[in-house]
Amino acid sequence: MKRTAMTALVAALIAAPVLVAAGPDDDTLVVNGEIEMTTKAPAPAHMEGTGIDTIMSGWHFREDETQALQMDDFDNTGMIFVEQAQEVWNTVEGTEGKSCASCHDEASESMKGVRAVYPKWDEDKEEVKTLAMQINACRTENMGAEAYKYDSVPMASMEALIAAQSRGMPMNVAIDGPVRETWEKGKEIYYTRYGQLELACANCHEDNWGNMIRADHLSQGQTNGFPVYRLKNTKLNTVHGRFKGCIRDTRAETFAPGSPELVALELYVASRGNGLSVEGPSVRN
Amino acid sequence: MKKAITTGIAVALSPIAVWAADVAPGQIVYEDGTVEQSLTGAPGDPENGAIIMKTKSSGNCISCHEVTALKDAQWHGNIGPVLDGAGDRWSEAQLRAIVTNAKEVFPESMMPSYYRVDGFTRPGNAYTGKAPDGPIEPLLTAQQVEDVVAFLSTQKDE
Repeated sequence: MKRTAMTALVAALIAAPVLVAAGPDDDTLVVNGEIEMTTKAPAPAHMEGTGIDTIMSGWHFREDETQALQMDDFDNTGMIFVEQAQEVWNTVEGTEGKSCASCHDEASESMKGVRAVYPKWDEDKEEVKTLAMQINACRTENMGAEAYKYDSVPMASMEALIAAQSRGMPMNVAIDGPVRETWEKGKEIYYTRYGQLELACANCHEDNWGNMIRADHLSQGQTNGFPVYRLKNTKLNTVHGRFKGCIRDTRAETFAPGSPELVALELYVASRGNGLSVEGPSVRN
Repeated sequence: MKKAITTGIAVALSPIAVWAADVAPGQIVYEDGTVEQSLTGAPGDPENGAIIMKTKSSGNCISCHEVTALKDAQWHGNIGPVLDGAGDRWSEAQLRAIVTNAKEVFPESMMPSYYRVDGFTRPGNAYTGKAPDGPIEPLLTAQQVEDVVAFLSTQKDE
């Protein structure tokens, strides 16, 4: 029933004239006819004064054809990487004779809700840890396996497997307590105008979301959909890979994936999405 | 070697005077949001200015500004103001100030400075993402700035 309604809605939208330079749309994202995504939510309290009252998933800023690719796992190329990572999950690697499953059993059970709260504080190491850092810590410290390159396909795939178990759950990273200092640093980076073009994240994604920069429809730069399968480069992209690309495009010297700067930025940007559903792996341009 | 050739050309042109001296980015004088002096000492070419404004690897001005006269190129952005009538609203000296360093005129402007080479945070080597391997070149040359200013000056509503 729901599906029929959705199909009708999609058909109606396709029949409508092509939108030019419009803001975000009002479509509803339901995956596989069952996972209802919160793609618009009230902005978290810390965003007061930013001019953004409603936070929105980047899904709303894409064409209907691209949106549709995320509505059914058979059409979502990102899910192929989830399947591959599921095999890796059960494969013994490293000197300790362990697989992920040795400690975590079924990802579908043990990883539920995990994506939603990363990056988060690591009590033992006394640092903010991203999901990628945790995956590599498991590999090197518990499995005796080699670390994945921070923004590589195997890393993105494992992140996708873990994110997929939280789809539909609200992003909920902590910003107070021990993470506060890192969060503040991330915020400072968000508002710093980098490179020869002197562009901050905020210039495009806070002040001009919904506008067009040449043929690109600017979103709010939310990270709830990561890792993201991009049609542009036909691969699964990590948050840090995307940050790096954005900073490069300001004619700046970028920060390296996994660097303290991008970890801080990831925490801050993730906190701007608190309340939006985890969508990863999502599909974008 | 290069210098010798330059001197040679300058000598050949010397009756028309100041060829050699493009105003360097650091030498521009901003006064109340204007730059009176042409960066090249010669009028710009509006037709070339139009090409610079449309070309993604060059000025790419239409990335952010809509310009009806440049509609033969696709995808005009809407970040900055529409530039139709810019020649009515601004004098040539004001346009030169805006193009070279818009922040001199509008301090909070998002617009990149097209003829400035210092004062950046983590500038890179063009779009490589790497650190610069030499002095930073301005986004446009002095001549290109003058060409863009010349084009914008032709944008009158009449």
